[in-house]
Amino acid sequence: METLLNLTIYLPLLGVLAILFAKSDELVKWIALVFTTLTFAISLPLIFNFDVAASDAAQYVTESGNLVFGLDIKYIVGLDGLSLLLFMLTTFFGPIVVLSSWTSVKKHVPGFFAMLLILQTGSLGVFAALDLVVFYVFFELTLIPMYFLIGIWGGKGRIHATIKFFLYTLVGSLIMLVALVYVGYHAGNAINDGIFITDWRVLSGMEYQIGLVEQTWLFLAFALAFFIKVPLFPFHTWLPYAHTEAPTAGSVVLAAIMLKMGTYGLIRFCLPLFPNAMLEFAPAIAFLAVIGIVYGAFVAMVQKDVKKLVAYSSVSHLGFVVLGLFALNTIGVQGAIIQMINHGLSTGALFLIVGMIYDRRHSRQIEDFGGITSIMPVFAVMFMLATFASIGLPGLNGFVGEFLILMGAFNSESIGSIWFAIVATTGVILAAIYMLWMFRRVMFGPVLKEENKKLVDLNAREIGLLIPVMFFIIWIGIRPTHFTQYSEHQVNVLLEQAEQKRAAIMEASHAADMPAWAQRLYDITPNYAEFNQEKTNP
Amino acid sequence: MAEFVWLIVVIPLIGFLINGLLGLSSEGYRKQKSVIGWLATFAVFVPFLIAFQIFLEMNAGSEPVVVRLFTWIEAGSFTSDIAYRVDQLSILMALVVTGVGTLIHIYSMGYMKTDEGFYKFFAYLNLFIFAMLNLVMANNLLLLFLGWEGVGVCSYLLIGFWYKDMEKATAANKAFIYNRVGDFAFLVAMFLVFRTVGSLDFDVIFSNLHLFNGDIAFWVAVLMFIGATGKSAQIPLFVWLPDAMAGPTPVSALIHAATMVTSGIYLITRFSGLYMTSPEAMLLVAVIGGLTAIVAATIALTQYDIKKVLAYSTVSQLGFMFLALGSGGFVAAMFHVVTHAFFKACLFLGSGSVIHAMHHVEHELEHEGKHVHFDPQDMRNMGGLKEYMPSTYKTFLISTFAIAGIPVFSGFFSKDEILAYLFNAGLGEFGAVYYALWGLAVLTAFLTAFYMFRLTLTTFHGTFKLPGKFKGAENAAKYLHESPASMTAPLWILAALALVGGFMGVPEFFVTTFTSTDATVNWLYAWLSGVTVRAAIILPYGVKWTLVAIAIVVAVGATILAYRMYDNDKGEATDAAIRERFGSLYATWEDKYKFDEAYEAMIIRPGNRLADRVLAVFDVKILDGFVNAIGSIVQFFGSLLRFVQTGVINTYAIAFVVGVILIIGLLIF
Repeated sequence: METLLNLTIYLPLLGVLAILFAKSDELVKWIALVFTTLTFAISLPLIFNFDVAASDAAQYVTESGNLVFGLDIKYIVGLDGLSLLLFMLTTFFGPIVVLSSWTSVKKHVPGFFAMLLILQTGSLGVFAALDLVVFYVFFELTLIPMYFLIGIWGGKGRIHATIKFFLYTLVGSLIMLVALVYVGYHAGNAINDGIFITDWRVLSGMEYQIGLVEQTWLFLAFALAFFIKVPLFPFHTWLPYAHTEAPTAGSVVLAAIMLKMGTYGLIRFCLPLFPNAMLEFAPAIAFLAVIGIVYGAFVAMVQKDVKKLVAYSSVSHLGFVVLGLFALNTIGVQGAIIQMINHGLSTGALFLIVGMIYDRRHSRQIEDFGGITSIMPVFAVMFMLATFASIGLPGLNGFVGEFLILMGAFNSESIGSIWFAIVATTGVILAAIYMLWMFRRVMFGPVLKEENKKLVDLNAREIGLLIPVMFFIIWIGIRPTHFTQYSEHQVNVLLEQAEQKRAAIMEASHAADMPAWAQRLYDITPNYAEFNQEKTNP
Repeated sequence: MAEFVWLIVVIPLIGFLINGLLGLSSEGYRKQKSVIGWLATFAVFVPFLIAFQIFLEMNAGSEPVVVRLFTWIEAGSFTSDIAYRVDQLSILMALVVTGVGTLIHIYSMGYMKTDEGFYKFFAYLNLFIFAMLNLVMANNLLLLFLGWEGVGVCSYLLIGFWYKDMEKATAANKAFIYNRVGDFAFLVAMFLVFRTVGSLDFDVIFSNLHLFNGDIAFWVAVLMFIGATGKSAQIPLFVWLPDAMAGPTPVSALIHAATMVTSGIYLITRFSGLYMTSPEAMLLVAVIGGLTAIVAATIALTQYDIKKVLAYSTVSQLGFMFLALGSGGFVAAMFHVVTHAFFKACLFLGSGSVIHAMHHVEHELEHEGKHVHFDPQDMRNMGGLKEYMPSTYKTFLISTFAIAGIPVFSGFFSKDEILAYLFNAGLGEFGAVYYALWGLAVLTAFLTAFYMFRLTLTTFHGTFKLPGKFKGAENAAKYLHESPASMTAPLWILAALALVGGFMGVPEFFVTTFTSTDATVNWLYAWLSGVTVRAAIILPYGVKWTLVAIAIVVAVGATILAYRMYDNDKGEATDAAIRERFGSLYATWEDKYKFDEAYEAMIIRPGNRLADRVLAVFDVKILDGFVNAIGSIVQFFGSLLRFVQTGVINTYAIAFVVGVILIIGLLIF
């Protein structure tokens, strides 16, 4: 099985090799399709054989020797409860994304599909990596193909969009790199005889503890990178450009998979490594998340471009995910994890659908449409399902995540006030407003534009690639436990461990006997803490 | 039989899937209209039979049966099942939903016969029944919420059924969004309930009501009530319902009169135990109900669109039900839900029959080559229809008697109950307010009888006015005809129920006064006594009979007055006289109290402006501008440093020497 996991990760790269030798564009497409489909097929045993009861430990682990002399950096990949569903989501979207670009990509076809395949490997690596350095390498690897996808095959403003996307996310991840190196040495000194170490399984354990002050700075450095990636308000401004200018396939991968790397990183690394800082900053971050939910929805409401509207709706939806994560209770975190999948499916579906209408009409302006339902009835049904999934209708997937997140946030001790959840709940009203306004203007009313009268309904390929997505949208809506079961155990364990670690670190920091106000100050003021440290350990 | 309750819910879903998927994929299937229609009808009728069988096997003392299918959502300490509850309340609602639902399905086969979206219509109707049954049969709040939102979606789909008309699509949006405002409160109520008792299961909640101390009980009750104001169209969220009349008329009958809009009343009745612990919340419910009743009744007085009158009448009657809830008469409210389902469904279907006929006239005139365009829903174009549509007229008249509260018709009993409870609540806390509300309710009852006969008389009595009003429509009367049997048969059944339905809840004192024994003639009370809490009626016989007498005088008086003012084509003259008499007050009614305009000016437009001119600009100029500024700063320093990198070796050599000197200098000193 370990081999299978590695094969799943690197099979798309083999596809790139095959594309190098392909003579015609048609053949390139088929190679891409075959390799992504195969990747999905061989990833299936990974979920079928997954031991749910032991989901807190990584499974199918491959561990190499030291990659760099003198440093404990190993190639470690494996899947556990946190990563399994996201990993599967990535393989699932592989063939769908390839099919969605079948006719719409006309220039540099081999390059396009090669980029998609590299992106696939990078994304799979991000979710499977269990060593911080390996994670970082894959994390950055995904940037490059996306940079080209937007920059070469994007719309009119693609250059500005892709540079902004690349630099903005790169700045975040470079800061994270500094913190990552620090953690590696610090952990080495603390528990590995002075040898640099970044094995997640070791670092996330109880033995490795980071002092309050260092934790604060390290958390901020890691979190910034992830917040930009998510993106959390106010770090989201790259997203509308990137989404609008990206080709359909790029938008889908960006929304469904790449944004999740941010939220995934928060739960994977920040929670176990910096438990005190997570708790300390929870209200502040929940505040940003709630602003993001409401703000994203308001801005989405007045967009004239369908794609931009969906992009801003992502800001709103991912605000929910972050809110759930920082609720720091099982309900909220479980909600956040399933919501990552849900957002991938429903927003992925929306981008696919917008892409289909763009292919026909070469416009994404809401005002260019109207009355499409009567011309494209099958399209209308798909669009409506995706819309209602995005609105969070009970019985479809979106509701499950949103409900759990809000329930978790409402009962969260870390966030501390029910008002965050209450304000966030207004998101359900706002989502209905912006989605249904858009849907009405695009799909209902009389057909006024002559160009729209000749539009043809979805073809077999398009229906075929949407049906699997719709299938999961409904399945998760009705039987969410089939999916949430994978992470439940691990989330419980992680939260409990974080709790214990938090207490242990507090104890070790001699902070327990301070008054509450000083303790707070202690957490955020490096000088005072150092001073205090010196005083107690002369 | 109760263990098969899940079939009641699942069968309509299957009907939806078959008709929906086959209809969407196969052109041929779409043409099989009778197959589609009957399949959909049986998908509701079979559940009715099952529900009826379960009902027969139950008695007033039966314990609730819970049928668990599977766990729906689970995370940490939260878990919620797909589980259905069979008790006296849920089976009563299920019978109404499937019973009235079956009749309306049959009616729709005639009404929608020529519509191109026939299959879609029936698929949506089945989906609605599925959602509605989830709402009333659910054993926990979360599943109830699934039904709650589900009926909202179906309502959205059916209001916007003729989506090519932008106005109708807009009405659909409006309905969904206003409902979502209520749903927001419902969600928060669920969070609060879970926080308090750790579960959303009815059994757990009801056995832990003591955990809801004062404030929490109040807030849960108020939040649920806000949810109910959305779904059941009360102030401040009622404005979507009149617009919802854009949907096909059977939809108005089923969803926007008989079933969906009563879900709020069902919800509060379900939680009667909780509401009874919070008098303040009860007062709020009653006040909102009373205000809505009178506001809607006065608007109904001024409308000419036959469906709009009925829509405002529905809002007003729903207000009556909330008055009952707010004064502790939970059974009385359910009683009115049931009788209202009968007579209002009948009225809506009757109006549909009329509209159908008027459409036919327009169509036939068109055929004749005369392009006469008139509003087939405007009652000023009608009149004298009783000659041409006897069944429609008679059933409509019976239902009008029922809603007006004329004795022995069903509405008489249920409305009477409500008035008694209101007066009774006057003896308790906040008594003065309840007396005032009773006065308001009597006034509303008067108006109800008045505007309903205004509607009936203008439509069916007098002479047919279309020929005189439009050029080319002179011989329009010959095209008027009664609707087919598939439409009139449901009308007669509903009219019969509207006539006798009241006898399920004959007040006890009607008998006990004379026999001075404890009689149980009130079947509905006995039936629901185990599942609802209710305020005790402590009025003496004398007061009770006086109240009944007042109710009769008001109803009969209003009816006679309406006959004198509206019979024999006097309608438009009378309306003009009333307008004259009431002046600006009448204008307010006609303007519907400007609720829509107020929301537009105070919420929608400012919200839009905030988003468009502030937030969207802030996003691009400030937030993104800041990001760009950082980029520019880097570029700026880069451009400064560029001058250092001249590429001239001499410069570099000088810099090198200076550097060395500096370092040596530092080392020495």
